[in-house]
Amino acid sequence: MKSLALSRDALLGYALAAIVFVVYLRFPAFASPASLLGVFNDTSILLILALGQMMVILTRCIDLSMASNLALVGMASAMVNASAPGIPIPLLILMAILAGAALGSINGLLVWKLDIPPIVVTLGTLTIFRGIIFLISDGQWVNAHEMSDTFKSLPRSFFLGLSLLSWCAIAVIGIVALIINLTATGRAFYAVGGNPNAAVYTGIDVGRTRFKAFVLAGALAGLAGYLWVSRYAVAYVDVAGGFELDVVAACVIGGISIAGGMGTVTGAVLGALFLGVIKNALPVVDISPFWQQAISGSAIIIAVTLNARTERRPGRIILKQAEKL
Amino acid sequence: MTNPSTDGLDDGQRMGHAAQGAAPGSVRVIPDRMRSRFKRIVGSWEALLLLVGLMIFLLNAQASPYFLDPWNLSDATFNFTEKAMIAFAMALVIISGEIDLSVASIIALVSTSMGFAVQLGADTPVLIAVALVIGMLCGAFNGVLVALLGLPSIVVTIGTLSLFRGIAYIILGDKAYAGYPASFAWFGQGYVWWVITVELVLFMIIALFFYILLHRTSFGRAVFAIGNNPTAALFSGIRVPRVKFILFVLTGLLSAIAAICLTSRLGSTRPSIAVGWELEIVTMVVLGGVNILGGSGTIAGVLIAALVMGMVTFGLGLLNVPGIVMSIFVGLLLIGVIALPIVFRRLGNRRKAVVPG
Repeated sequence: MKSLALSRDALLGYALAAIVFVVYLRFPAFASPASLLGVFNDTSILLILALGQMMVILTRCIDLSMASNLALVGMASAMVNASAPGIPIPLLILMAILAGAALGSINGLLVWKLDIPPIVVTLGTLTIFRGIIFLISDGQWVNAHEMSDTFKSLPRSFFLGLSLLSWCAIAVIGIVALIINLTATGRAFYAVGGNPNAAVYTGIDVGRTRFKAFVLAGALAGLAGYLWVSRYAVAYVDVAGGFELDVVAACVIGGISIAGGMGTVTGAVLGALFLGVIKNALPVVDISPFWQQAISGSAIIIAVTLNARTERRPGRIILKQAEKL
Repeated sequence: MTNPSTDGLDDGQRMGHAAQGAAPGSVRVIPDRMRSRFKRIVGSWEALLLLVGLMIFLLNAQASPYFLDPWNLSDATFNFTEKAMIAFAMALVIISGEIDLSVASIIALVSTSMGFAVQLGADTPVLIAVALVIGMLCGAFNGVLVALLGLPSIVVTIGTLSLFRGIAYIILGDKAYAGYPASFAWFGQGYVWWVITVELVLFMIIALFFYILLHRTSFGRAVFAIGNNPTAALFSGIRVPRVKFILFVLTGLLSAIAAICLTSRLGSTRPSIAVGWELEIVTMVVLGGVNILGGSGTIAGVLIAALVMGMVTFGLGLLNVPGIVMSIFVGLLLIGVIALPIVFRRLGNRRKAVVPG
């Protein structure tokens, strides 16, 4: 068994630290706590989505509809806020989470009840959700002046030195860590992805487990929908267009095996932060932002090459965490 | 993506419409004789799709008086020819159990390279050569990572999706290339005869080529074998990595041809060219009855699916339905055509199960 200092998560952590250090050499202010917190804040939404995607990928599925789900819920909550500013924001957030979960459950049901491959289902819902945004908004934007002040200010208000957006991400990290490490459902995610046939014989309902993963991912996408729209104070049809692939990229860089059953919360968090640091560091070191896409593409390819090395082990211990307890 | 509720064979498990008679929970029945040729053709996926296509065609003709105009129909072919060229190659990749999500980014990189060559004073033949070489290099890069290193193609091609378009952005930034030579316009804007466009003819030739490659050569049989069971294919003497490598190079090549047509038609290049096409192309392939998990599919199906999607987009366009709303139809079509046969088969099985056997 590999020591903790050489685990994949640790290596990714070192790589991340090395990037920050290189940027620091050229531009010391980048590594200041305030700046790093800014990077974390900027990456929060990607992080929340990556954790949702992780749970889905763990069960050997994939959810390509997360960005469309985010955009649809974001647009809906902006429109609700614009037409009924009286609805308290916490209630609105709860509604956003539930709406996201409902959209996720559509994916989940199609995968569970009809056995349609997840990539086909979510490819379909990706375009359908995006189209529905156009239908409900009629192609119009919801602009900043139409949203209530509390709607816009909530993710930006500070609490104990961190923005509420960052706190949201931290809370999600904690909740997802609890779910996948300490609940039967979470362990079932690993079991289903690691070996679906064996999971059946241990009494796990594979379809239902996948359904739960899709619902959780949808709920997180719904939350991210409110956060995105309120943070940027604008909602339109193409919000977060193409973001679904960034989310998958964060997971892959974080060492979550696309074949299911392997991955950690730390990995997903580091994977998202890796993309976030690159995105924020490029302008600082005066590299054209046009390089960003090529760099994250290369990062994915390098990460998947490294993943393949660790994944090629004969036999896997699925319930590693449970053994320790 | 396997279905554990039936049996324990990972590779033998097929879901979706291709799982003929293998509904989850039931025993797989192998009939003692084939159904008659007529019944097979009438009951096939392609026939169903053709019926849907005809219905859409009639609805379109009914809904808009402009639809049946030959020049209109000729314009309508642009809605699918470029995408469908890639879809044929993609069909083979998907049948072999892999996927290539980087095709639209290859278009962007190829188009950018051609624009770059134009700035250096290249003429049409050089542009074509540049395009084909860059396209095949991109495909070969995917091929090396997937076929030789054995990495999961969905992740690799998400990576190269970012990488290839990223390189186009590095070269072009927010600028655009134009000023293609006049002779270059022939590919995307030329007509062979009356309303028959150059692109349509190219498309037919490519369709025929892939039909022969997939259904009439041992290479095509190897593709099916690999998709059904890569291990068994390897042990039956098929050079699995080599076949997969060729498929990715072929997809790169076809993306380059599509890029030539698209660039020639638009007359300019931006790095954002053909954004999102990869998902539309995969939709086209799956709609055409190709099993997303590999192992089955036909070129005829993909051809009909391309026509159906082209007609849906064009017909709705004539009715002034915005493009984004069309995507709802495409999404529903994708899920619907896969879900409905499963639902009907379930209902059928339930009815049969009542009869004591």
